[in-house]
Amino acid sequence: MDWTAYLNPLMQGAWVTIQLTFYSTILGAILSFAAGIGKTSTNLAVRSLAVTYIEVFRGTSLLVQLFWLYFALPVAGQALGIDLRLPPVVAGVLALSLNIGAYGAEVVRGAIEAVSRDQYEAAKALNFTPRKTLWRIALPQAIPEMMPSFGNLAIQNLKDTALVSLISLSDLAFRAEQLRNFTQDSTTIYTMALFMYFGLALVLTAMMKMLEFYVGRWRAGGR
Amino acid sequence: MLFGIAWDTSSGWAFAISILPILLRGLVVTIQATVVGFFIALVVGLVWAALKAAPLRIVSWPAAIVTEFLRDTPLLIQLFFLYYVLPEYGIVLPAFMTGALALGLQYSAYTSEVYRAGIEAVPRGQHEAARALNLKGMRTFTHIVLPQAVPRIIPAMGNYLVSIMKDVPLLSVVTVLEMLNVARIIGDRTFNYLIPLSMVGGIYLIMTLIASAGVRFLDMRLPKRGIPLK
Repeated sequence: MDWTAYLNPLMQGAWVTIQLTFYSTILGAILSFAAGIGKTSTNLAVRSLAVTYIEVFRGTSLLVQLFWLYFALPVAGQALGIDLRLPPVVAGVLALSLNIGAYGAEVVRGAIEAVSRDQYEAAKALNFTPRKTLWRIALPQAIPEMMPSFGNLAIQNLKDTALVSLISLSDLAFRAEQLRNFTQDSTTIYTMALFMYFGLALVLTAMMKMLEFYVGRWRAGGR
Repeated sequence: MLFGIAWDTSSGWAFAISILPILLRGLVVTIQATVVGFFIALVVGLVWAALKAAPLRIVSWPAAIVTEFLRDTPLLIQLFFLYYVLPEYGIVLPAFMTGALALGLQYSAYTSEVYRAGIEAVPRGQHEAARALNLKGMRTFTHIVLPQAVPRIIPAMGNYLVSIMKDVPLLSVVTVLEMLNVARIIGDRTFNYLIPLSMVGGIYLIMTLIASAGVRFLDMRLPKRGIPLK
C-alpha cells in the first residue's frame, strides 16, 4: 500500500488529537489558575483543597489517572448507586486537563509569588481590596512570566493526548495502531505519525509564542 | 491468581491486603524500568549535550533537531515505533528493554538540556580565571567547570527520575508487567478495578512524595559552590 493511502485516516486522527489538545488545554488552564490562586489563599480550607489536588495529580501517573477515571470510577459509582460511567472522550479530556492543570497550578503560584513585594505594598497603600490587587496588580504582571512554562505544558499536553488511544478514542495514535494492525507496515505508519505529531507541536509552539508576545504588553513599564 | 498469589474477594479490605504483594511485584518491575531508563537518559543525554555544544554546525544542528524531535513527539508513539520497527531490521529486544530504551531516548532530550544549562550556569569569570592561571582546556573543564556544574545538575536530574517513574505505566502497552498492568489484569479477572487502580495511585503518590523529598534534601545538602572531585 502506498503511503498516501494512510494520509486520510491519519489526518482524521490528527483532527481528533487537535480537538482533544484544544479542550484539555483550555480546561487545564482554568484549573491551573483556580488551584494556583487557591494555593496562595489565606483561607485554610481553600489552600488545603488546592494543595491536595496538586499533589495527587502531580504525584501519580497520567495513565493511572486516566484508567482510574475510565475503569475504576464506574465501580465506585455503582457502590454509591450513581451512574458514573464516563464516555471515553469525557474521561480523556478530564484526565488530561486535571493532570496538566496540576502542573500549571505550580506555574501560576510561582509567578504570582514572584511579583515584587513592593507591588503588593503599593496596592495596600492605595487601599485596593485583595480581589482587586489580584486582578489588577498581581495577575497582569504574573501572566507574562507564566507564558514560557505554559508553552512547554501545552506541548506536554499534546504529547499526552496520545494516551487516550488506550481507552479507544480514535485519535492519531489510535489510527496509527489500527492501520498497523491492518497493513503490518509499521515503519511507514509510525514514521508518518511521529512527523505529524512533530508538525502539530511546531504549530502549537508558534501559537504559544504569539500568545506570549501578546500578553507581554501587560508587563509593568510596557516592556 | 497472579504470580502464584491468590486473592481473597470476601471483603474490600481482605481483597486489598491480598493483592498488595502482587502489586508490589509489579512495583519492582516499575522501579527496574525507571532505573534502566534513567541510566540510558543520563548517558545518551550527555552525548546529545556534547554534540550540541560542538563548534561545527554540521554536528550541532542535526543533534539539536533530533533532540527537538524526541522532545516534541509522544512517548507512546516512540515506544510503538521501537517495538514494531526494530524487529524489522533484525534487532529483537525483550519488551522490557524496548520500553526502557524508549523512556531513555525521550528523556535524553530533556537531560541534554540539563547538562547544557548546568555547564552554562558556571560564571564566565571562572573560565577567564582558569585561563589566566594557564590551565589547559581539558583541565579547566574537569577541575573548574564540572565541580561547579554538578550540584546544579543533580537536583534537576532527580526531578526527571521522578517523571520517568510516572511514565513507566506506558510500558504496559507493550506487555511489560509493571504495576499498572498488574492492577489491570487483577481488575479484568475480578471485575473490580476500583481497589487495584486506587492502590496503584496510592503507591505512586507515596513513591513520588518520598522521591521529591529526597530531591529537595539533595538540593539543600549539595554545596552550591562546587563538589571537589578529588
